[in-house]
Amino acid sequence: MKNHVLRPLWVAIAFVALIFLVRHFMVPKDFGIHGRNFTYGFYRLGAIDDWKAIPVKYRGMAGCGECHEDKVAEHQKGPHHIIQCENCHGPALAHPDKPETLPIDRDRGLCLRCHAGLPYPTSQRANLPAIDPDKHNPGAPCVECHNPHNPEM
Amino acid sequence: MSCSRRDLLKKAMCGAVAASLPLTMFRFLSPAQAQAAVAGSGKVRWGFLVDTRKCVGCGFCVKACKMENEVPYDAPVTRTWVERYVVTRDGKTHIDSPLGGRDGFVSQKVGEETIPPEEITKAFFVPKLCNQCDNPACVQVCPVGATFQTNDGVVLIDRTWCIGCGYCIMACPYGVRFFHPIYKVAEKCTFCYHRISKGMVTACVQACPFGARRIGNLKDPNDPVTRAIMTERVAVLKDEYGTKPQVFYIGLDSNVR
Amino acid sequence: MTHELFVHGAEWTVKEFFVYPNEFIYWSIQIVLYPYMTGLVAGAFVLSSLYHVFGQQDIKDMARFSLVFSLALLPVATMPLLMHLQQPLRAGNPLFTPHFTSAIAAFGIVFSTYALIVMSEIWFVYRKYFVEQIEALKGKGAVAGAKRALYRVLAMGALDVSDEAVAKDKKAVKILAGIGIPVACFLHGYAGFIFGSVKANALWMSPLMPVIFIMSAVVSGIALCMLTYIVIMEWSKLRHKGEAAEIGGAEIDLITKTSRYLLGFLIAAITLEILDLIFRGYTAMKSWDILRSVMYGKDFVNIFVLQYGCGNLVPFILLLMPRLTIRRAVVALVLVLFGVFMMRWNVVIGGQAFSLSFAGYMHYHLPVIPHNVETFKEGLGGALLVGITPFVLFWGINKVLPSLKTS
Ligand code: HEC
Ligand code: HEC
Ligand code: HEC
Ligand code: HEC
Repeated sequence: MKNHVLRPLWVAIAFVALIFLVRHFMVPKDFGIHGRNFTYGFYRLGAIDDWKAIPVKYRGMAGCGECHEDKVAEHQKGPHHIIQCENCHGPALAHPDKPETLPIDRDRGLCLRCHAGLPYPTSQRANLPAIDPDKHNPGAPCVECHNPHNPEM
Repeated sequence: MSCSRRDLLKKAMCGAVAASLPLTMFRFLSPAQAQAAVAGSGKVRWGFLVDTRKCVGCGFCVKACKMENEVPYDAPVTRTWVERYVVTRDGKTHIDSPLGGRDGFVSQKVGEETIPPEEITKAFFVPKLCNQCDNPACVQVCPVGATFQTNDGVVLIDRTWCIGCGYCIMACPYGVRFFHPIYKVAEKCTFCYHRISKGMVTACVQACPFGARRIGNLKDPNDPVTRAIMTERVAVLKDEYGTKPQVFYIGLDSNVR
Repeated sequence: MTHELFVHGAEWTVKEFFVYPNEFIYWSIQIVLYPYMTGLVAGAFVLSSLYHVFGQQDIKDMARFSLVFSLALLPVATMPLLMHLQQPLRAGNPLFTPHFTSAIAAFGIVFSTYALIVMSEIWFVYRKYFVEQIEALKGKGAVAGAKRALYRVLAMGALDVSDEAVAKDKKAVKILAGIGIPVACFLHGYAGFIFGSVKANALWMSPLMPVIFIMSAVVSGIALCMLTYIVIMEWSKLRHKGEAAEIGGAEIDLITKTSRYLLGFLIAAITLEILDLIFRGYTAMKSWDILRSVMYGKDFVNIFVLQYGCGNLVPFILLLMPRLTIRRAVVALVLVLFGVFMMRWNVVIGGQAFSLSFAGYMHYHLPVIPHNVETFKEGLGGALLVGITPFVLFWGINKVLPSLKTS
């Protein structure tokens, strides 16, 4: 009975021990300091692999020519050759397996991203061929008159 | 009597000390770790170069980023965005970024305002993304080590460990962080880590038709991006916060926030 | 918007002029309540310690009550955080992998330490009572038996109530209360540090923030204890009208004395806040333009009318006027509590009222009628839940640890 004063202490110690126990099971084994120091490099190493494992969706236009030779050839010749196919057709992922086909966007908005005239000095935008969307054949899809792959055609 | 007092003190001290010192804390004192930190542990440090003069505000970068990184397309949050600055004769700066510039800038209206072309003295677009700071404030404040800087300088988030307190969002002076609408954890630009670690460029760099965005290895003096940063007049955003941003800008203006 | 598209913050944030796309009011009502609640805990504890450590006999009755009340407030201080977290199930992570360069990392540790101190102290204060109850409830039926079993557990086998043992308890209480004061202040000052250290936020970043937080914490803690004490005493007076003479309602003497401490801390709090304000205006850093437009424009009513006016100045005068009455004290105390709440509001919400771009504003609209879990948690419903819980808890705890008997 002499040291009843210590009893809350035992409770406290039990509490701390419990936390350490749970911690032992909860915290992934690769958690620690992997980077340059505790401030910026304290983490679970596996998290890096999690990020690396994300699938790539935009694969670029290098491979499109295999099957869409004509389109690529057309595209390469015109002023739009700087624009990635996927910008207009969406991410190709594993196309033509999945998705089997890519969407075709005939919306005027697609072209207006670059061609809606904005009189902006000091910006490259001012140098693009510009139209006023309200005056240049309003309502009609641009591709009715212009070839999107090579508008010079 | 005195015995019990000492015990009590001990109790409180032990409790506090024991609870506050998980073993991981000591790890960074180990010599090997310390050395690794000093030596700099890699040959890669990713950096980014934005040429604001080339940007036309088409927003393909934002579109590509959202698709590539599975940020819900219609959510108002985005990992990268494009701002429009229109400075007028009266010295006012009009800024906007509708939907983060996802659908480009197709109207002369800035926000609700129509600005007559003859009033405009200069106007330009500024793409923004995570600055992957050398001293990231967001990482410093994460209470659980769920966000961190990799050895190649990219700041990532551990989606399995983030508690969603939002402190990192508050700490970022650039406003690049947000809560992912689906995963419910902090989210930000990763420099497309899944792409750059495979030798590809980021989705936004690839999507940009005008070469306004470029990514490179700052530790490689022959990398064109590194060379451009070394030889041209570049600036960073908000350097007064001491975060040492690693996204460099050509043609920045004092109006840029 | 589909359910999937729920963007945290978008529901209650209205943007004006240029705000970065990802900016929303991410920290809303629950983060207003969090420092408010920790403040109340810390304040209640400090009040009880004034008696236990410094032997302020004049507030003896209040001491026991405020100690138990701070126990009731303890779990409530964590509630807003849990409601706010996007991943509440991971709330243990800060204890498992604390990243100490973050001001939030140590919260769990400081808070647990503090909770242990409060609970130990209460244990020492009530141990004698436990033992007495174990004796008194012997063989009095099932309900009493269950209660007795509870007391047996609570006593943790320490049944010695000799004078010597009880003297040890007293000593332990004193020491614990002594340790508790700095820990309570730390707990709260540290809530201030969480805000004060955010360099990205022009309004929050200030080294004064922790001190301001402690002062206003103590103010609100004392005010809440006094108020609850008055309400409970008056209530039992009403209920037992004409019954026992010993229940005399709240004693104005006690209230007057406690209010002296309140006033002291109030002055300290206001002084620091004004200093902070003057300093910002005088140094006029880059952020001052937008800060000024928020403080003197958009939030003028919130800051100068509601917080400083109604919350500080009016109760200050009310409490200082001679011949304090219970009724006047109640009005003043309610206003003080409201003032501290407004201060938290103006810091947390006000700090997000302007964009990091300094070129736009964000307005906060508290969700009143919830239409999903998020708008309940971060809305009026969640706030009320947090506000009510301590009283419910106190009601329960008081059944086991009676703290309202006057000596
Ligand atoms: C292995 C061959 C192959 C490759 C490589 C390929 N595609 Fe296709 N693509 C197809 C097939 C097959 C179809 C389906 C044609 C159909 O349904 O008429 C298709 C359809 C399309 C369509 C829709 C055409 C329509 O009429 O609806 C688009 C757009 C498209 N591909 C774009 C691309 C782009 C951009 C790339 C490069 C990233 C690409 N494709 C690479 C085989 C391929
Ligand atoms: C500027 C945007 C843009 C770019 C860049 C672009 N396309 Fe298209 N593409 C379109 C549009 C718009 C159509 C629909 C044309 C139509 O309806 O006449 C289309 C149609 C197609 C079709 C179906 C054509 C048909 O008539 O069957 C294919 C296949 C295709 N594109 C492939 C490509 C490939 C491959 C590339 C890259 C080399 C590419 N596109 C680049 C906008 C674009
Ligand atoms: C990413 C920006 C971009 C998009 C999107 C875009 N274009 Fe273009 N467009 C250009 C550029 C760059 C040029 C070439 C300007 C030059 O030659 O200097 C151009 C040139 C043109 C021209 C003028 C060709 C000429 O005669 O010189 C037309 C017409 C045109 N585009 C139509 C379209 C149509 C239709 C679409 C939508 C399917 C579209 N563009 C989408 C960037 C774009
Ligand atoms: C009804 C057919 C038609 C439609 C629809 C149409 N255009 Fe044209 N567009 C023309 C013709 C014809 C010209 C060349 C004559 C001219 O300069 O006006 C032209 C010229 C252009 C030019 C070159 C202007 C220059 O200064 O070199 C651009 C850019 C252009 N169009 C973009 C678009 C875009 C973008 C759309 C969709 C929003 C569109 N057009 C829709 C018929 C059309």
